[in-house]
Amino acid sequence: MKNSIQIVFATLAILIGLTSCNNSSKSNNKSGALASNVAEKVYVAPGEHDEFYAFISGGYSGNLTVYGLPSGRMFKEIPVFSQFPTSGYGYSEETKPMLNTSHGFIPWGDSHHPDISQTNGEIDGRFIFINENNTPRIAKIDLKTFETTEIIEVPNSAGNHSSSFVTENTEYVVAGTRFSVPIPQRDMPIIEYKGNFQGALSFISVAPETGAMDIKFQVLMPGFNYDLAHPGRGASHGWFFFSTYNSEEASTLLEVNASQNDKDFIAAINWKKIEEYVNNGGGKMMPADYAHNVYDEHTHTATSTMKKQVRVVNPTDVPGAVFFLPTPKSPHGCDVDPSGEYIVGNGKLSANLTVHSFTKMLAAIDSKKFDGEAYGIPILKFEDVLAGSVEQAGLGPLHTEFDSEGNAYTTFFISSEVVKWKLGTWEVIDRKPTYYSVGHLTIPGGNSRKPQGKYMFAMNKITKDRYLPTGPELEHSAQLYDISGDKMELLLDFPTHGEPHYAAAMRADIIKERSQKIYNLEDNKHPYAAFSDDDVKIVRKGNEVHIYMTTIRSHFSPDNIEGIKLGDKVYFHVTNLEQDFDVPHGFAVLGQNTSELLIMPGQTKTSVWEPTKVGVWPFYCTDFCSALHQEMQGYIRVSPSNSDVPLKWSLGEEIEE
Amino acid sequence: MKTTLKLMTIFFATLLISCGGKDEKKKETFSYEKKTTTDQTTAIKPEKILASNKVDLVNKGVGPIKNIDLGNEIDRKLVTHGTEVFKKMCTACHRPNKKFIGPAPTGILERRTPEWVMNMILNPEQMVKEDPLAKELLMEFNGSPMANQGLTEEDARAVLEYFRTLK
Repeated sequence: MKNSIQIVFATLAILIGLTSCNNSSKSNNKSGALASNVAEKVYVAPGEHDEFYAFISGGYSGNLTVYGLPSGRMFKEIPVFSQFPTSGYGYSEETKPMLNTSHGFIPWGDSHHPDISQTNGEIDGRFIFINENNTPRIAKIDLKTFETTEIIEVPNSAGNHSSSFVTENTEYVVAGTRFSVPIPQRDMPIIEYKGNFQGALSFISVAPETGAMDIKFQVLMPGFNYDLAHPGRGASHGWFFFSTYNSEEASTLLEVNASQNDKDFIAAINWKKIEEYVNNGGGKMMPADYAHNVYDEHTHTATSTMKKQVRVVNPTDVPGAVFFLPTPKSPHGCDVDPSGEYIVGNGKLSANLTVHSFTKMLAAIDSKKFDGEAYGIPILKFEDVLAGSVEQAGLGPLHTEFDSEGNAYTTFFISSEVVKWKLGTWEVIDRKPTYYSVGHLTIPGGNSRKPQGKYMFAMNKITKDRYLPTGPELEHSAQLYDISGDKMELLLDFPTHGEPHYAAAMRADIIKERSQKIYNLEDNKHPYAAFSDDDVKIVRKGNEVHIYMTTIRSHFSPDNIEGIKLGDKVYFHVTNLEQDFDVPHGFAVLGQNTSELLIMPGQTKTSVWEPTKVGVWPFYCTDFCSALHQEMQGYIRVSPSNSDVPLKWSLGEEIEE
Repeated sequence: MKTTLKLMTIFFATLLISCGGKDEKKKETFSYEKKTTTDQTTAIKPEKILASNKVDLVNKGVGPIKNIDLGNEIDRKLVTHGTEVFKKMCTACHRPNKKFIGPAPTGILERRTPEWVMNMILNPEQMVKEDPLAKELLMEFNGSPMANQGLTEEDARAVLEYFRTLK
């Protein structure tokens, strides 16, 4: 039996290899005229703006990058889970608390799935959420400032991968665990995994006005791997779907041991039902340690609070809330179409795509036709919930997104291609190769009720020969396709930063309108801010020295500082007095053990410097701010610890009248 | 003019004498083509008037302000507000009575129209490109740009009222 399967797979692989060969030779044969037509489609003239924003996760860079489409130009890297010396994020006193966790300060993260907030199932461009995979956390980035403003740690989770996906009105951002673990964590033999480990699916509420996050409840599921997730839409709003693998509950050599079952599951969770149960006092609070870090845009400062408990729900305590939908061969992607009727489960070891029907699922639940249960959770019959399958579409299906015309686009990792197929008829319409080994793909609004279409881009895991070589390590490539016609057309290759794991994209107009230009000095409530010369001062508290400093083109006030001694801990609190768009100032001092600061107009940031040597040390502005940027400098005198040089500061005492 | 030059000579002479380390004694110091210490008869032509001293009571500058009627009486309430705004938004570069990073506003309305002053506050980027006086001033002040501090017209008007009180 095994042998014959292998033969079938091998034949398939060869066949698909041949098909994709044809495709690539076609695209390589394009004439010059055609190619220039393609160039026009991605050309955004100097000074013009792109039509779409794309927010591409940085994967193991821990950050989020901002691109324009169709040009593929990168505009910004937003630091989220990793220290970022370019701006001082995670180094400045104000932002260090953002990276605090119950495991202490963590300078790095692995960011995977960005998702934009929604209203009525349409992306609204207020916030973007992104998950940290390794030390489970969810971050929120405010799209007014493009700054990370909140990070919440997710307890009881491990490998926070089926995250961070928002419900139709951003009621919840959902975070599921890829790795099941002992809950609560404890010292136990790994071999006793089966039946003892559990998987937590966390529903993090998002306050409608402020966006403030709070873990409302966690559903403690059987010890499978919860891989990806998607909320219901329209009729299926109120449900959430999670793909699972390792229903074998193996703890070792998963590449073999977790591929034994012919089918794993998609877990269907009626979160509205569980929410009601919880609102009526259901579930129980269990002790847990997790950090909740919030950035205040008025004090320009983050605070980290340790939370001590979390509400957990046993799914069998809420009858009718959780079901398993059998889905072939270790499904990875779990995607719901814009109507909310179809749930696509891509069995990554299968050649077919499985599509479940939400209507059929409800009918099967109503008629209580179960195919057994797993740890008390009813398993529905595969045939009863199946809407259809796309036969032999390719090898290694991973993820699906949608356009507004009833088409779906699925990536195939092994056969390196994107396949376009029709919802309802399940026929394959087109296929195009990707270079190489595509993971996720994104269509602007393509995971919401209202896809915005026009473009699709594939994010590839392997780059090889697509760009000039840069040694063994290559940035991953993304590929932009025009999807406005029946056939997809490859328009552009563009490099990404880190691992472009997944992306969210949307029309630029909404975000562009709201994008903030400066921080208003009037609103600056930083406790160490200085707004004028009267506020400029230096205060010594024992060996702590606080310097209240201002910057404006092109000087620091003060710029001559004396009376610092070895053993002092010097806090430079730098306020940028500019109120003009795009005039940041930087601050660096020789021997700084952290990073520079990049201070936006109206902002205050703090760098701590513990001088190790006696001398007169320069500090300067790192951001080329004006014609006199090179003049923007100062000196700080460090005397021996036993010296009696008085504390003294000045600016421009020698200006000639 | 002549007396200014004399005064300046004396001033710089004293400055040169007083120059040198204070903590560390008598370091050699030098000066190379320092603006006003070179031979004044050749370096500064008598007819050359600095932009900051020029008087132009016609030019209204470039920007949103086309016509301002100052009125005879000084509006004290407006002055109080203007003083506050000036202190918060301007003192990083301007001292009321002496040249700092930028020129002193004292007596500005004897040299400029009120419209020019407000346009310089509200629209500095265009002013230093297009207004001949603003262009010259930029060079006189070492290319140090007048920052746009994003004042509202009301705030700028209040600052102007405050300038009226500076004598």
